[in-house]
Amino acid sequence: MKLMNTLLATSTLALSAGAASAIDLTMVSWGGAYQHSQLKAYAEPYMAEHPDVNIIWDESSAEAVAKLRAMNEAGNISWDLVDVTVSDSIRLCDEGLAKEIDFDEALAPAPDGTPASEDFGSTLVNDCFIPQIVYSTTFGYRTDLVGDTPPTTVCDVFDLEKYPGKRALQKRPIDNVEWALYCDGVAKDEIYDVLGTEEGQARAFAKLDTIKDQVVWWSAGAETPQLLADGEVVMGSTFNGRLFSAIAEQNQPIAMLWDMQSYDIDGWIVPAGLAAEREAVVMDFLKFATDTQRLADQAKYISYGPARASSAPLVGKHADLGIEMAPHMPTDPANAGNPHFYDYGWWADNRDDLDAKFQAWLAQ
Amino acid sequence: MSDITEAGPMRAADGTPLKKSLARALRRQKLRALALIAPLLIFILVTFIAPIADMLFRSVENQIVRDTLPRTVAALKDWDAASGEVPGEPVFAGLAVDFQIAAELKNHTKLGSRLNYENPGISSLFRKTGRGAEDIGKTFMDRFVDVNEAWKKSGTWATLFGDDKWLADQAAWAAAKDKDAKEPPFKLREGVADVLPVTASTYRTFARAAQQDGRKSPVDTKPWPVLFTALGQDLANASPESLGALGGENGALVQEVATAVQGFETFGYRDAFLDIDKGWGDLDKWETIKAYSPPYTPGYFLNAADLEKGPDGIQARPEQQRIYVTLFIRTMWMSMLITFSCLLLGYPVAWLLANLRSSTANLLMILVLLPFWTSLLVRTSAWKVLLQQQGVINDVLVWLGLIDDANRLIMINNQFGTITAMTHILLPFMILPLYSVMKTIPPSYLRAAKSLGATNWTAFWRVYFPQSVPGIGAGSILVFILSIGYYITPEIVGGTRGVFISNRIAYHISSSLNWGLAAALGTILLALVLLLYYVYDKIVGIDNVKLG
Repeated sequence: MKLMNTLLATSTLALSAGAASAIDLTMVSWGGAYQHSQLKAYAEPYMAEHPDVNIIWDESSAEAVAKLRAMNEAGNISWDLVDVTVSDSIRLCDEGLAKEIDFDEALAPAPDGTPASEDFGSTLVNDCFIPQIVYSTTFGYRTDLVGDTPPTTVCDVFDLEKYPGKRALQKRPIDNVEWALYCDGVAKDEIYDVLGTEEGQARAFAKLDTIKDQVVWWSAGAETPQLLADGEVVMGSTFNGRLFSAIAEQNQPIAMLWDMQSYDIDGWIVPAGLAAEREAVVMDFLKFATDTQRLADQAKYISYGPARASSAPLVGKHADLGIEMAPHMPTDPANAGNPHFYDYGWWADNRDDLDAKFQAWLAQ
Repeated sequence: MSDITEAGPMRAADGTPLKKSLARALRRQKLRALALIAPLLIFILVTFIAPIADMLFRSVENQIVRDTLPRTVAALKDWDAASGEVPGEPVFAGLAVDFQIAAELKNHTKLGSRLNYENPGISSLFRKTGRGAEDIGKTFMDRFVDVNEAWKKSGTWATLFGDDKWLADQAAWAAAKDKDAKEPPFKLREGVADVLPVTASTYRTFARAAQQDGRKSPVDTKPWPVLFTALGQDLANASPESLGALGGENGALVQEVATAVQGFETFGYRDAFLDIDKGWGDLDKWETIKAYSPPYTPGYFLNAADLEKGPDGIQARPEQQRIYVTLFIRTMWMSMLITFSCLLLGYPVAWLLANLRSSTANLLMILVLLPFWTSLLVRTSAWKVLLQQQGVINDVLVWLGLIDDANRLIMINNQFGTITAMTHILLPFMILPLYSVMKTIPPSYLRAAKSLGATNWTAFWRVYFPQSVPGIGAGSILVFILSIGYYITPEIVGGTRGVFISNRIAYHISSSLNWGLAAALGTILLALVLLLYYVYDKIVGIDNVKLG
């Protein structure tokens, strides 16, 4: 009886403690299939383990930088964890809007004990950014519109004689100027040296001039698959996951061109200035959500490569389609023959300058 | 006659002069009226006027440079950019202190991204220097600690710079160990700022930062390395007599280290910075810092007008960077075109609405309003489906044999696409004011004109049209002002040559975070609208605008 009472008392205590600490976490992501993969791979398993934590989603990642700055100025941070691209994380870190992370302390080590900082390796690009997935901006083409010789290199995009028709490119200088210089004969490791000079930039724009009339410029990732499906363009760049769903899920006559795919990373930042107890919950979730198994699980739902080296062997089959996901990963050896590593530091410095030039060039 | 003797101010029943009593009643009425509109007034002030004022202010505000690098900015006053030489030691000495403080407070990258808008490359220069600047302080720290271990202790610094009363209060607070009580705010010792000015201000910043964190008292916080740099600079400039004024136990410590400082080898600040990053040797970086050191800048406005500050004053930007003037002109010109096509299409529809039988007119009205109730994005995307090269219109034309399959019309991702889609989207804003004005024109006027012998055209042009002008004015202003601020439709269907200035404003707000430039562009846009409104008032007269 006494035991019974003690048990009852402790469980009531535990319950009331649980209720008292019930907490809503607001996570910010991109919506769509990507957010769904996060929900399935991280959020649902975590909430199952921690019934006192409730995760709420906000699909504002595209405006995350501006909104976080506005929240910071108003002195009221209402987000707990924000999914951003590397370039946004650099801005947020520079502005002091994102918390600096001690990776080895905050993140789980690999199953074999390798510390997180080594397991993530080169995907750790600044002190605030916790990587999740590696994606790439690459080309897809219409298999029925390119004749018997499908394009094999990124330079085929610039070859109007061999592949007449329109191309879709992203309406920003990043990636496009690098591809242009590469196809103008600049060696891959010299691209940023050349781009650092006025002549180099002029050279890149001159190369883009050769196809300018045939380009449809996109600003949302969903546009290229649509343009390809409609036959508006013969080839176009977009995020590899978008092309995967057009090819594998919608069976469009589209194929991937992995040559010179431009790697980019997506990951979390924790807003600076969260209340201590809130931050503790966020860091606990973060440790869970970025461990080896969770990152590998995410690949079941979307064709983006896990940022941890130790997750790669665990990547399995697509949750609904049942196809092997590894061959669709941008990091798969068969696809990663000639990737392009986009220089975050260089772009952080020169993005605004080159963007102004790019816009002026577009308007000409 | 007695009336005359009693003449004077008329009085109310209670004896107060009538004039006064009336004024009081009127004032009460006014106050009541004001109280009634107060919620709206406050709402407008808070949500509309204040943000606009804030935006206007942001377009010139530039305090960040002076706030982050105060000593550097002061020292730069004596530097002449035209000399062709990088600033000398005093500027770099100021920078050494400023930059280390900024790095401790994590402000340096913020300033770096601000200045990067003006000079690409400063962002990474600042980021890199932020990682290396501490070494400058550590060099000084090693020298001081070699002289006396006491310099390593935070207590030494606290007793040297803290006010005696504050130290006592602090000790009492620490002894009480009351979690809820706040540590007494740091107070600088009197007179120490005269003897050691740089160190005193640095220590104050240090103490406030430590207290703001709320975790540790300055008495227990490890001293920042920059304090040693500052003290080294102060001691090099201080006279032995003034140091004597410090007195006490700490005075002896300072005097001891002051003698030792004479024996230190001179520290080369410039070389230290050049070691961290060669960028500090670039003249243009320093020109940028100097040019943007005043607290207010015309820089954003110059940029918004494709101008820049050059060595010889204001000059045009290089041709490959000019974009905003083109965009402003395009926005104005295309908005006028959209307004005109809305008028052309909307006028007959509004006429029909006003003159048909009411049952037919109601049906027509629903047709006008239906797209108005549909999502903007849906309508814009629908135009994409219609206009694209493999789209409905091209397919129909090819099927009819009017155009060749190889030469399909390009109707989207250009100005034609923007004008078409926006005309469709804004049409109701033209039709509705036109309709409400036309509804008030009695049809008998037209019949009267015709019965007096006017032709159909004369009757319309001389009698009907002039009466519909107020509706045209209202509709045109509405459509024009809405269209110059549009950005989502041009973004989706505008391609490269059909985008507006608002697309760039959106980019600078949400993507590049250059809010100053966005504010300057917005201010110019606002000024242009007000100017056009003024011109419109002069030509047409604003009294001639009616919404119904």
